[in-house]
Amino acid sequence: MPGTYYILLSLALFFIGTAGALLRRNALFVLMSLELQLGAGSLALLTFARGLGDQKGHVVAFFVMALAAAEAAVGLAIVVSIFRVRRKIDLDTVNDLRN
Amino acid sequence: MLSRLHMIPLLPLLGAAYLILFGRRHSRKAVQTIATVAVFAACVVSLDAFFFGLPAVAHEGGIVELVYNWFSAGGIDVDLAFRMDPLSGLLCLVVTFIGTLIHIYSAGYMAHDEDYARFFAYLNLFCGAMLILVLGDSLPVMFIGWEGVGLASYLLIGFWYKETANASAGKKAFITNRVGDFGFLIGMFLLFRATGTLDVQSILGAAGSGGPLAAPLWLGQSVAFWAAVFLFIGACGKSAQIPLYVWLPDAMAGPTPVSALIHAATMVTAGVYLVARMSAVYMLAPASLAIVAIVGAVTALFAAIIGFAQNDFKKVLAYSTVSQLGFMFVGVGTANFAGGIFHLFTHAFFKAGLFLCAGSVMHAMGGSGDITKMGGLGKKLPWTTRVFQACWLAICGVPVFSGFFSKDAIISGAFATEVYGHRLAFVGPLVGTLLFVAAFGTAFYMSRLYCLVFTGPCRADEHTQHHIHESPASMVFPLVVLAVGAILAGFVGVPPALRELFGKHGESTLSIFLEPAVGAPLEVSHHTEWLMMGLSTLAALGGIGMAYVFYGGGYRAPAIAFAKKVPALVSLVRDKFRIDELYGFLIIRPLQALCRIIFQVIDRILIDKILVGAGAFLADLVGRAFRFFQTGDVQRYLAVFAIGLAVLVWVAARPASPDEVLLKVQGKTVTASIEGPRDSALAYSFDFDGDGTPDREGANPNATWTYSGPDRYTVTIVIQDSRWHTRRIIKRDVEIR
Repeated sequence: MPGTYYILLSLALFFIGTAGALLRRNALFVLMSLELQLGAGSLALLTFARGLGDQKGHVVAFFVMALAAAEAAVGLAIVVSIFRVRRKIDLDTVNDLRN
Repeated sequence: MLSRLHMIPLLPLLGAAYLILFGRRHSRKAVQTIATVAVFAACVVSLDAFFFGLPAVAHEGGIVELVYNWFSAGGIDVDLAFRMDPLSGLLCLVVTFIGTLIHIYSAGYMAHDEDYARFFAYLNLFCGAMLILVLGDSLPVMFIGWEGVGLASYLLIGFWYKETANASAGKKAFITNRVGDFGFLIGMFLLFRATGTLDVQSILGAAGSGGPLAAPLWLGQSVAFWAAVFLFIGACGKSAQIPLYVWLPDAMAGPTPVSALIHAATMVTAGVYLVARMSAVYMLAPASLAIVAIVGAVTALFAAIIGFAQNDFKKVLAYSTVSQLGFMFVGVGTANFAGGIFHLFTHAFFKAGLFLCAGSVMHAMGGSGDITKMGGLGKKLPWTTRVFQACWLAICGVPVFSGFFSKDAIISGAFATEVYGHRLAFVGPLVGTLLFVAAFGTAFYMSRLYCLVFTGPCRADEHTQHHIHESPASMVFPLVVLAVGAILAGFVGVPPALRELFGKHGESTLSIFLEPAVGAPLEVSHHTEWLMMGLSTLAALGGIGMAYVFYGGGYRAPAIAFAKKVPALVSLVRDKFRIDELYGFLIIRPLQALCRIIFQVIDRILIDKILVGAGAFLADLVGRAFRFFQTGDVQRYLAVFAIGLAVLVWVAARPASPDEVLLKVQGKTVTASIEGPRDSALAYSFDFDGDGTPDREGANPNATWTYSGPDRYTVTIVIQDSRWHTRRIIKRDVEIR
């Protein structure tokens, strides 16, 4: 069943994305990793949709793309404004609420 | 023209709304004009309705105007409707006419006050509310007016709120009225429970036929009795009767035109109006009428006695008002409704006139109302003096003046009434006698007031004397109109005995006019009538004569000697029998103590300590615990989120099936059953013979199969979960021997 490979690829991408999002300190890389996770999710959706012959997966994948665009726009805007204030975008320094 | 009834209360209310919102932008003159025109227009509409609309339909219930259905829920159906029958029409005229005069007077009286816009707005508000009360066709609508006039009264008593005494007088009036309002509400509820309607005419109709209102309710008395008594408690509050009269003398803290309009001519008579309006209910329970009459008579006498020793111009008039309201209650309480309303009508003129004279005198005296510092004003204030004389003779009950006729109608009615039946027959003569004494007292204290203010030498200091001047024309004009009313108003109610002298027969004009609303006039034999007229003339002249002996031309020897002989009595009367202190001791102090206890226990301990304190403590504890997790590191949150999500997904997507497959072999028959959680989304298919096609399919997790011969077979069971599109395949070998 060739779909399995796509699923495996999707899983691999998702875990890479997760690891990046959890471990990288640079906000830009974290955002990229999140995009990777979304891409992995879309891939899985498409694979299953094809496998099951169901259109719903395709539709949801489109939604994910729109969502990813919005998320990137907002996320980048936040990162940019953080950068303006602090001149760096390391996530572990953004903990003002704690202190 | 019939559709114009709602304009009567609406016009003053619109005036009030406009003046409250925009009054400050206008000049003094514009504000006065707007307010006066609003009430005057209402007066014109009322006159039109009264003289051109009402006569034709007076016997069919008067003019009725339905504005809209106010609310309708379950069995209650209340319309915002107005009705002008002879009773409410008469009141409507009194309110708008006197109201207009007092607006004109106020223009002069308040000429130097900063807050004229607020004053006229409140005055308009009062007129609107009073007209709603008078014209309202159902008890809830009347209650709006009832509360509206209470509000306006509160606002106007405390009009000069910067002085604490004025503000607390307003509060006292409001709170005392609340006690009465509770009575009004209970009475209303009782009537509703018995008759299922709040419409005044329907209730009166039900009362006319007895029915549920005559049914016993409590202590052997009927529903009608209790409803009447509770409504009377409301009337006592509004109309300042014992025991709720204490607010009215204090209400004199408000501007004098307010005292004249609200606390003499109109609002305080609302209680009398209420009793007359609900006359049929009261007639159903003569015992309740007896209570009304006795309370009225005792109040009339008691307040008159307090009036003997008051040294403030307006306080004398205030107790006089309480006393005269007592007369009116005796009138309605002896089923002499026309008599009570007659006195209400004449009293509105002469008492408003007296109050406006008080305002004029105080205006001249630089704001002071202390009659011990007055005297000899007769020459300096010619107009005010003549008006005062007319009103004074009217309230004393000197023949020909209006008060004579109305007071006589009440007193002779009290002796003639037969409404109480056998057991309570003593009530009529009792209250009549009390009223005689009260009438004598009235003549005495009013004449004392007249003598001390207008006759003899002036006792004021040089500076004040120099300042004394007659009031401006805008104040004198209403005074003169009211004086004319005080002289002539009585002629609408000339009793039958006197009418005969002029070749006319039958009951007085007013009684006949009011008959559709309050029932047939009380018949008094001519013999009684003549006797009473003679006696009340004697009482009036006696009171005036005695006052002249004591006070003619200032404090005379007998007055001073009397005060020296029984100083304790005089000071007791001057301190109003210390009733305020008694209430303070009996009611207010225990209430305050109770409040303090409740405050300490409920508020301080229960709410502040236990409820608020415990909640705060819990929140603090939880906060402390959770603060530990709040590291501020986004990625740590993300990690927790990822783990949590993984757990959720695993829990949600884990195969709902299990699980254990039990194969039971009995000979050649195999029974396969699947143990595990059941779910309607699970579908099972069993392939027993290994040919690749399911032999049994469906939601049933058990299946049976009989093999044809002994062999080793592989049973394939597929469990499909339609929610997740997952399938689980279980294979088991089975051996058939």
